[in-house]
Amino acid sequence: MAGVAVSTTINGDSVEYLCQPDETLLDVLRDRLGLTGAKEGCGTGDCGACSIILDDRLVCSCLVLGAEAEGRRVETVEGMAHGEKLHPLQQKFLEHAALQCGICTPGFLIAAKDLLAKNPDPTEEEIRFGLAGNLCRCTGYDKIVRAVQDAANVMKGA
Amino acid sequence: MRYIRPLSIEDAVGQLAGAAGPAAILAGGSDLLVRMKGGFIEPDLIVDIKAIEGLSEIRETAEGFSIGAAVSCAVLGESAALKKAWPGVVEAAKLIGSKQVQGRCTIVGNLCNASPAADSVPALVAAGAKAVVVGPSGKRTIAVEAVPTGPGRTSLTKGEIIEAILLDKRAPRSGDAYLRFIPRTEMDIAVVSAGVNLTIDEQGVVKAARIALGAAAPTVLLVEEAAEALIGRKLDEAALERLAKVCSGACRPIDDKRGTIEFRRKVAGVLARRAATTAYKRAGGK
Amino acid sequence: MNFDPRFSGRKFASVGTRPIRPDGVDKVTGRARYGADFNMAGQLVGRVLRSPHAHAIIRKIDTSKAEKLNGVKAVITAADLPDLTDGDAGMYDILDNCMARTKALYDGHAVAAVAAVDARTARQALKLIEVDYEVLPHVTDVDEAMKHTAPVLNDAVFTEGLEQKPVKPSNVAKRTQYGHGDVHQGFAQADFLVERSFKTEQTHQGYIEPHACVASVSSDGTADLWVCTQGHFVYRQHCAQLLGLEASKLRVTSSEIGGGFGGKTHVWAEPVALALSRKAGRPVKLVMTRDEVFRASGPTSATSIDVKIGARKDGTITAAEATLRYTSGPYAGMWAELGAMTAFACYKLDNVKTVGFEVLVNRPKTAAYRAPSAPMAAFAVESAVDELAKEIGIDPVDFRIRNAAQEGTRASYGPVYGPIGIGPTLEAAKHHPHMKAPLQVNQGRGMACGFWFNFGGQTCTDLNIGMDGTVSLAVGTVDVGGSRASLSLVAAEELGIDYSHVKAIVADTSSLGYNDMTDGSRGTFSSSMATISAARNAIKILRDRAAQMWDIPVDDVVWENGQALARGEKYGNLSPLSLKEIAAQSGKTGGPIAGHSELVADGAGVSFATHICDIEVDPETGATRVLRYTVIQDAGKAVHPTYVEGQYQGGAAQGIGWALNEEYIYGKDGRLQNAGFLDYRIPVCSDLPMIDTQILEIPNPNHPYGVRGVGETSIVPPLAAIANAVSNAAGVRMTHIPMSPPRILAAIDAERG
Repeated sequence: MAGVAVSTTINGDSVEYLCQPDETLLDVLRDRLGLTGAKEGCGTGDCGACSIILDDRLVCSCLVLGAEAEGRRVETVEGMAHGEKLHPLQQKFLEHAALQCGICTPGFLIAAKDLLAKNPDPTEEEIRFGLAGNLCRCTGYDKIVRAVQDAANVMKGA
Repeated sequence: MRYIRPLSIEDAVGQLAGAAGPAAILAGGSDLLVRMKGGFIEPDLIVDIKAIEGLSEIRETAEGFSIGAAVSCAVLGESAALKKAWPGVVEAAKLIGSKQVQGRCTIVGNLCNASPAADSVPALVAAGAKAVVVGPSGKRTIAVEAVPTGPGRTSLTKGEIIEAILLDKRAPRSGDAYLRFIPRTEMDIAVVSAGVNLTIDEQGVVKAARIALGAAAPTVLLVEEAAEALIGRKLDEAALERLAKVCSGACRPIDDKRGTIEFRRKVAGVLARRAATTAYKRAGGK
Repeated sequence: MNFDPRFSGRKFASVGTRPIRPDGVDKVTGRARYGADFNMAGQLVGRVLRSPHAHAIIRKIDTSKAEKLNGVKAVITAADLPDLTDGDAGMYDILDNCMARTKALYDGHAVAAVAAVDARTARQALKLIEVDYEVLPHVTDVDEAMKHTAPVLNDAVFTEGLEQKPVKPSNVAKRTQYGHGDVHQGFAQADFLVERSFKTEQTHQGYIEPHACVASVSSDGTADLWVCTQGHFVYRQHCAQLLGLEASKLRVTSSEIGGGFGGKTHVWAEPVALALSRKAGRPVKLVMTRDEVFRASGPTSATSIDVKIGARKDGTITAAEATLRYTSGPYAGMWAELGAMTAFACYKLDNVKTVGFEVLVNRPKTAAYRAPSAPMAAFAVESAVDELAKEIGIDPVDFRIRNAAQEGTRASYGPVYGPIGIGPTLEAAKHHPHMKAPLQVNQGRGMACGFWFNFGGQTCTDLNIGMDGTVSLAVGTVDVGGSRASLSLVAAEELGIDYSHVKAIVADTSSLGYNDMTDGSRGTFSSSMATISAARNAIKILRDRAAQMWDIPVDDVVWENGQALARGEKYGNLSPLSLKEIAAQSGKTGGPIAGHSELVADGAGVSFATHICDIEVDPETGATRVLRYTVIQDAGKAVHPTYVEGQYQGGAAQGIGWALNEEYIYGKDGRLQNAGFLDYRIPVCSDLPMIDTQILEIPNPNHPYGVRGVGETSIVPPLAAIANAVSNAAGVRMTHIPMSPPRILAAIDAERG
């Protein structure tokens, strides 16, 4: 099986890699590039733990081929903070204890970032439906929703 | 295994037609990659059609709309013109999967996956949508309901690609709606579903109707008797009751992990009635 | 134990505050390393071949073709995991479950495994393994399995716990009985009787992180295992025993854990990965797919329960009886026994009897799931209690208050209760605004109570004071939901320093003494006890060092607010010595300062909760919507209240999923139909409302701070609370969990004829 050469941009950096034609972008991120922030919870697009933003669209990286990233922009959880400064969503997730085990957290943060980019002032219902593609088994979602609401308020004021 | 990203539909058709082993078309990948992951298919060739010119566009023409095969449902949902003309089709497309899946999935993929429970298909069938098929022997336009022939099977032949879905320009006083039943509020596959498309006259009498049911038979059901139950009447309680009864009766569902025969039968009628009520309102009926 | 664990009623400075967790930043930046995030140089990819049959004799396995495939470095079968269990039946079951020996006992049972250079090669190799099966009749339903006509899974199983040993083997592994008094007499005194049968389907813990490990075995008998687990010390013991390794030479490091809820208390892939690594001579990474997690890890029991409760007109329960049948998968368990113990634990009963039957079926080996076995028993009992209250014409909360257990009550499972929270949670529910909120048409309110024992167990911690005066705390209970924050608070409290100067970590098995796993709601309870003990031991040393620095007798040095004080007027001019000052001089006063603790944390206080919920039912489709949900639970003392709330909310959400939609669905062929998150429907964000919590604090007399475990009880009441709410909304009693829309619609239609 011939490898596919890919040039792409990940969290603002130019990245080149070789991948197999059937290899998912999630596997490329995790196994080839060492970006293990995106998690594989199901591999079938049902849990959202592998969420990334691809050219301004929220997607499951387990449902994207590594080869498809050619010439595109990929954003992962590793790109959310700026140096020591956490993204408001990251900060609010910590303050509200919006994570227990934390395995779903990178996916939630990316999905919430995409949600607030498209809807800076969401209602609780919009947050809940906007994050319905991300499964959390620990929190019952209560503190996650509150953290996103709080982050939205902070980001509006910024 | 090879991955290719052709720039023209002719090239894509040629590659697919010439493939020695199993070949797969990749648009959103939300079905294809799941099937590959599960080991259900191992294509020798993956043809990514997203770089083909025009396939990622929604075009508004004199006849209506042409939705390219690579238009994701997220993009489709952002088209104000489409939403205004065919709200039922758009709401059906927007129900497929999560936000994440929306960013990738397409209505053509939904159609070609040929699941009896595909969300967008009953809405497209109710809307009278057509599929533009390009293949080694040229181009043909067929009704959407002619594409799936059974669970996981389509009428497309080797080398054929659906290039676009066509929706007619809207007649005045028309409305469509789609409802599905799922146990949760999101992320589920339809247990049963109904798409309703109506045109009414100035008095509110139904002039034309198309009603399609999903997950009620091996392929989408276009229930002509249900349309007859509405045509020539206002959407009163009696008409709705008759509609529900006909839809329940038309179902040929199965018992499976998502629902029972009895449940699907009954709820098909309930959804048809509710969707018809919404479609009627959208058409301007009172 | 050189440590007095009794509750002291002190005032707290750190405990009860809500700081950010020490492992938080790594978790929001993607840096935290979970089971699948670890790699070793030269590692191979391990994959497992699983039985497609629910029940089959394995006649022969031919691995020769797979072994010849380029890139395959090891292929193993049960022959590579010889039986070293030495008559230990429980360990033999674990071994057989990890790799089927003579029979495949469920769809998904491991039969062989490979290690190869990459995933694709490993997958191909699995296809080249030829297994010759003789397919046998199977049984997956609990009631069917108990019939004498059912296929028998294991000819060596004769029902234990009967007066006479049965002559024939059966699928009923064990009968247990609990209770006191005379239920026949009790029922004879009753004015009202409710008798009902209930069923619950099998559910999975549904942790988002699949099981994952990296195993590396060297030819000298040393080995490393990196793994997501709730108990790395237990995994070490089990793996060492199954592989014939010396425990001290197997170092197990627990990764961050992406959810467990009881499901990561059991080894599945780990012995297999170790055996592959040993055979291949290279590290092996083995990560389960989601499909494998559902088919082949440990879900909870499916059950069938009969309940009978009688009461007088005045609302006093005169007798209560339950028969509980729980599946345990293909191996014996103690799941029905836990159900039998917990069923009536909330109530003060003169006459009570519960009988449990452990039932073998062709499903995966049952594992613990958060308060294992209690939710199903509570569903049956609390449904019947609600129905009985209705029949008598008493408010369901008042009825429960009237019959609630209290301090001094003899529990239905034997012991006499100390101070407990069932009464207070019920009183709180009675006065909660939720109880008075108006309901609309098709909406119903339900409430229910729940109980869990909680557990203490073996615990060991190390507390080390650095020369800069900061404290590192090494614990051995895996942090599943914020316990490093709680334990840092406890260390800060005891030493009298700021939380920010304590850093807690989970130490590996070679760095710390044995710890039982994080189960039984014991993580914060037991490790906080050991942390307090370790801190007190460190304080002894700190006092001694201060005495040296002052050159006065150590008995004249006391420890207050993070500093040593010289007690007595004669020392009036001595300024206090802070922990930091003492630590800075430690090199000159006797070396490093540390406190250690090894103890058995006895006296885990029992836990009670009361839940209230409002549900709307669509009578035309059976669809449900959770409108409002309130959890009231006794925490003893909430060390970090935010994480206590999180436990309450998370347990409630899992219970809601179980009540409404989650279930294992088997086909007639005995194969699992819904081994994925698409059709195994755990609640999504839009399914739930905010989950309100009320923390009650009735101190546990057996813990210095009054702490009780809080992790599990919150999953006990929801099944019943929701069933009561749905029944009230739909006007028909629901007796089968989950109450999926088809079941609700069928019940409504049956009721209406």
